[in-house]
Amino acid sequence: MKAVCWQGTRKIEVENVPEPTILNPRDAIVKITTTAICGSDLHLYNGYNPTMQKGDILGHEFMGEVVAVGRAVSRVKLGDRVVVPFTISCGACFFCQQDLWSLCDNSNPNAWMPEKAMGHSPSGLFGYSHLTGGYAGGQAEYARVPFADVGLFPIPEGLTDEQVVFLTDIFPTGYMAAENCHIQPGDTIAIWGCGPVGQFAIRSAFLLGAERVIAIDRVSERLQMAKAGGAEILNYEEVEVGEALNEMTAGRGPDAVIDAVGMEAHGMGLEGFFDKAMQAVKLETDRPNVLRQAIVACRKGGTVSVPGVYTGFIDKVPIGALMNKGLTLKTGQTHVHRYFQPLIERIQKGEIDPSFIITHRLPLEEAARGYEIFDAKKENCIKVVLKPGMTSDSRGVALPSSVTP
Amino acid sequence: MEITSSSNSEPERERAGNISETERWGSLIAGGAMILTGLSQRSLRGALLAVAGGGLAYHGATADKSLPDRAIEATGLDKPIRVEKTVAIQNKSPEELYRFWRNFENLPAFMKHLKSVTVLDERRSHWVADAPLDNAVEWDAVIASDRENQLITWMSVEGSQVEHSGLIRFRALPHGRGTEVKMVIEYSVPGGQLTSAIAKLFGESPEQQIGEDLRRFKMLMEAGEIATTEGQPTGQR
Repeated sequence: MKAVCWQGTRKIEVENVPEPTILNPRDAIVKITTTAICGSDLHLYNGYNPTMQKGDILGHEFMGEVVAVGRAVSRVKLGDRVVVPFTISCGACFFCQQDLWSLCDNSNPNAWMPEKAMGHSPSGLFGYSHLTGGYAGGQAEYARVPFADVGLFPIPEGLTDEQVVFLTDIFPTGYMAAENCHIQPGDTIAIWGCGPVGQFAIRSAFLLGAERVIAIDRVSERLQMAKAGGAEILNYEEVEVGEALNEMTAGRGPDAVIDAVGMEAHGMGLEGFFDKAMQAVKLETDRPNVLRQAIVACRKGGTVSVPGVYTGFIDKVPIGALMNKGLTLKTGQTHVHRYFQPLIERIQKGEIDPSFIITHRLPLEEAARGYEIFDAKKENCIKVVLKPGMTSDSRGVALPSSVTP
Repeated sequence: MEITSSSNSEPERERAGNISETERWGSLIAGGAMILTGLSQRSLRGALLAVAGGGLAYHGATADKSLPDRAIEATGLDKPIRVEKTVAIQNKSPEELYRFWRNFENLPAFMKHLKSVTVLDERRSHWVADAPLDNAVEWDAVIASDRENQLITWMSVEGSQVEHSGLIRFRALPHGRGTEVKMVIEYSVPGGQLTSAIAKLFGESPEQQIGEDLRRFKMLMEAGEIATTEGQPTGQR
């Protein structure tokens, strides 16, 4: 089969690899119909994660059709059209049972790695480095899904791939970011980053009852999309964001703030230079510009919600502001499984159509170009979906023998 | 309940020689508690030996060392591998976990280095561990202490190629938080050359590998299988 393989920093190659097989009794194999490139894939693309290995298959936003199941799978069956949460969860451990799916105890075979760095391991993730399990990802024609009864969600009739594929990650991620803000009537939410997660956070904040959303970015087409979603916008290259937010909120500050940027934030001026220097000598692995600004901008007693990906250490975080202003910090990889049902209902009711985010549809073979334009924000790119079989005539042919049950 | 049938202990008596059955098993209940409190610094095998031998002052079992032994000890060459780990296992009672563990033939399912364990009788078992180049290391183990649904301790019989001892304890956690499982495992090779022999068995990081055994046990008990990516496709490396 064809699969998108990481071969080094900024080196993506679509290669022919063997089809996946059932390795464990609870596994299923999914034939992928739609997959996407996520903003957090760019951290891998840009070489920020040291536990990538040459040949790793990327991709954690994917959906398709069940074509094989292991002997212990009972709740999904062959032919089911499914979406696949990017977090891998066993469904049985303490954390899964607490609805904390991204903290699953049993899905990361390399749990010792994050344990050394973080104390404990989060769940395994598809296509996201060996730190999170080294699972082959879904930017491929087929993927193996562990714990299939827990990790596959059958799609009701009448919805297109593009309407539901983002239930795998960015839609619930933006939604959880907004939910973590504990939005009250009249609230103003400020969101740094108008990439795909930021866009879903904007719309989710309104779905959850926000009065105003202020979106911060510098890329004009992203700001335009944010505006289309109902947000007021700030270009951080043109205004001093902290002052602007104070002015817009009668000096009080936003009730909650969302850092939908994470570790690849672009610093400005001296602060940006400081972080680049710290990273260059490995004294800092993540850039905290947005997190700093967000904490300082948030109103007293407010909430700082962080869906943006951080993987290591940051420096000069204003803990004094966090403490003295009585802020609440809410973070975490998305508990994707928790959001499938409520979000698919919102899609069915027409409250939101997640396909608004897509700017580029490419065949799987053109993944390298997809990464390049998404990373460089060329061609007004906001979100790329990849379609295996889009150009070839392989769609609908018999399965390769190795994935036939 | 203590499982201490004496009817099936005939072969053990031959090996253990001069220690009486009454002495041996009479000390078990006190010994079980002592093992756990005394473990933190000293060897598990020493503790189990003392328990099995009936003498609770197990310091005696390890204290009498010759000068050359001390030299080897100072260089760390004779340091046995000793791993002590505790996990919580959700939705399984101490009874269920004890039952699974008590059949030692189940251990190779999650202890990666073990090729097989064959149960010989109520207390004795034969263990085969994988070693590189198609070699295998084998030994007989005997259960030293067995408290139903609570605690099992075992150790290799005297004169084994690999001195192995182990302890597993199960305790219910409050408010549906599962069962606390504490595992202590120790390996050493008598007669020097310890480091390389053990490294061959367990690779570069034996402590971690043995610790991973308990994680795999937890995965197997909670999720019904052990997470893996071995055998999945990749592109060119």
